[in-house]
Amino acid sequence: MADNKSIDQATGTETVGHEWDGIQELNTPLPRWWLWTFYASIVWAIAYTVAFPAWPLVSRATAGVLHWSSRGQLDQELAADAARKAPLLKAIAATPIEQLPGKPQLWQAAVEGGHAAFRNNCTQCHGTGAAGSKGYPNLNDDDWLWGGDLKAIQYTIANGVRNPDHPQTRTSQMPSFGRDGLLQPNEISDVVAYVRTISHQQPANAEARRGAAIFAANCAACHGATGTGNRAVGAPNLTDSIWLYGGDEASLTNTVTNAHYGVMPRWEAKLGPTQVKMLAAYVYSLGGGERAPVQIAGAPPKR
Amino acid sequence: MGLGKNSGLYEKRQPVFPKAVDGRFRRFKWLVMVAALTIYYVTPWLRWDRGAYAPNQAVLVDLAHRRFFFGPIEIWPHEFYYVAGLLIMAGVGLFMVTSIVGRAWCGYACPQTVWTDLFQHIERFVDGDRNAQLKLAKAPWGPAKAARRLTKWSLFLLVSVLTGGAWIFYFADAPTLAREFLAGDAPYVAYATVALLTTTTFVFGGFMREQVCIYMCPWPRIQTAMMDERTLIVTYKDWRGEPRGRGRRPATLDDLGASPEKLGDCIDCNQCVAVCPTGIDIREGPQIGCITCALCIDACDQVMTKIGKPRGLIDYATLEDCAAEKAGRAPRRLSKVLSHPRTLIYFAVWGGVGAAMLFSVGDRARLTISAQHQRNPSFVQLSDGHVRNGYTVKLRNMEGRPRAIEVSVAGLPGAVLWTDGGSRAQATDRLTATVPADSLAKLPIFVVAPLVDEGSESFEFRARALTKDHPETAAVRAEFEGPEEQ
Ligand code: SF4
Ligand code: SF4
Repeated sequence: MADNKSIDQATGTETVGHEWDGIQELNTPLPRWWLWTFYASIVWAIAYTVAFPAWPLVSRATAGVLHWSSRGQLDQELAADAARKAPLLKAIAATPIEQLPGKPQLWQAAVEGGHAAFRNNCTQCHGTGAAGSKGYPNLNDDDWLWGGDLKAIQYTIANGVRNPDHPQTRTSQMPSFGRDGLLQPNEISDVVAYVRTISHQQPANAEARRGAAIFAANCAACHGATGTGNRAVGAPNLTDSIWLYGGDEASLTNTVTNAHYGVMPRWEAKLGPTQVKMLAAYVYSLGGGERAPVQIAGAPPKR
Repeated sequence: MGLGKNSGLYEKRQPVFPKAVDGRFRRFKWLVMVAALTIYYVTPWLRWDRGAYAPNQAVLVDLAHRRFFFGPIEIWPHEFYYVAGLLIMAGVGLFMVTSIVGRAWCGYACPQTVWTDLFQHIERFVDGDRNAQLKLAKAPWGPAKAARRLTKWSLFLLVSVLTGGAWIFYFADAPTLAREFLAGDAPYVAYATVALLTTTTFVFGGFMREQVCIYMCPWPRIQTAMMDERTLIVTYKDWRGEPRGRGRRPATLDDLGASPEKLGDCIDCNQCVAVCPTGIDIREGPQIGCITCALCIDACDQVMTKIGKPRGLIDYATLEDCAAEKAGRAPRRLSKVLSHPRTLIYFAVWGGVGAAMLFSVGDRARLTISAQHQRNPSFVQLSDGHVRNGYTVKLRNMEGRPRAIEVSVAGLPGAVLWTDGGSRAQATDRLTATVPADSLAKLPIFVVAPLVDEGSESFEFRARALTKDHPETAAVRAEFEGPEEQ
């Protein structure tokens, strides 16, 4: 090649020696370091495929001599995260729940951990925002069947509601007044009218006045003489605007006729006491919790 | 087929040994170099008192806390458009300058040029000027050559370390970082940055030099788009110089033995080539290797003075000037060069962005509030019939001192609010939060109001800084949702 050099007249530069349709290409070489950079890239690429997982095989890729993998890295990070959280979880486990709000760091960790546990275990019934639905209590509001302070919430979550095989469970039973023939249909509609009156949904009328006597005889034992409920037996307050099964006439009639039995698992058996504690903290933090905790300092500074 | 030495596919770098030169452009280059290096090395050490809660470094890019400090101006991440504006100004400014004086940036202010220039001075200091350098390059390796090379490279390395070292001080408190750095306690990234910048300075400034400009830098390829026939570029006036006369001019033209009109002013002394830092011959016309540093102008002017010819055989000229001069007309005045429409458009954009930034930086808010409505659930019915909505309210205190900020609600009759840890029993119509200096506070806020008739109502969250000297207010609209009427 060296002996058939052709030099371009106009520029004095050597041409590469090819010709396409009368056009010749000038040979303007790149600098040598460019070449070496190119070689270095090749060496780097080969070294890289040796060091890291690269070549696809039938069921997996080559492992690479460094034995690095994204899954392994994830495992490491998860382990590191668990190790980082361990002392916090220990401290939460050791602190009585009513003292948690006084320790902002623990409280915040408990609420966050509780939120995670809630998303995994509770949203199926109570919804992702804990707003519940018919028959599943809204945990954001301020109406509590079994009490809404930290300890009461913790107890409810730990022991569940109406777990037949568990003596500590929350339990209550309203008679099925209609189905079991305890009240006649006209008596039921009277008592429904009375309940709608004490919950300010309709003005008192003749029906309601008749219902008052029926209420006193059949319902006051659990719901109280004025209908404000009794938490010891999980009897709901009938005078507020919150209804688990609906406060309209049809719903109330159905409730008195058939009664409802909501069930919640006892979570301590599945999640253990620490997670239950954190769940209680989260539910409490939703804004409907009762009795003020110790004042928490303002938002943590950013820097 | 190997890519051997003679394949011709790749070329060995031809070392350039530029000769020292003196002249007006060389002196200007010194000036720019001193100014640029001073700004680069000194800036991080300037102090600016911002009070007890903010750093007191005049120029600080605080990446960890995502704050930029430029003297009296502090920039938050959401105000990054100021930085974007500066970048736009830098870009358009570069276009503007390029449209007037071509590659002035390349010739005088580009870091690659500045440090290459510095390294070439060091080279001359150690090895001597061009001829000595050439001789030394050809000389076989021996103790003397090795000693010189080692000295030179050590000096290169020293400058490189200082260069790389200075950069990190823009990103942390300079005196503290300097102490930590020397003690070995500085963050890993500081050492990595210094190592990287030291390496690039050493390799690019010490060895690759013009190769960076010609093969690596994209800018010379782009900037031709900004230049036209009214842009000043370094030009060899071939109509005046050609044909070249060999060697020195004879004393009288008669001695020449040739017709005097036939010889141009260029005596082919090659001084212009010898001084060129990129090693090109400007007499071949405009080319990508020319960074318009004008050192060849200085060199040729000296030659012209010596042989008694007017200066400016090589000169800054526009293509229009060249055509005019060739045709015997007078070149344009400088004011004409500057009033080029393209330049004026660049200037208008540049100045417009600058004025807009100045204006907006003058009255930007240092307290802002935003409210995010909690969507799940979007409202909660309470037992007494009231409705509760949840919000995440963010208060940004962008001043360098902590401020007590009062949050209240307007346009929602009977509304009360409380924040996390509190309960409805403690709800009031306003609450106060202390937001630390230069920080963002996130407050979960519950608002309770009597049942509204429609599905949703809008109201205003108001924030008021409770400082006597500079009370600032901010407000944001939010929706209040309730049950739909049945
Ligand atoms: S320095 Fe001037 S006279 Fe000398 S070769 Fe260059 S253009 Fe010609
Ligand atoms: S040709 Fe002249 S202006 Fe261009 S780089 Fe060389 S010395 Fe500088």
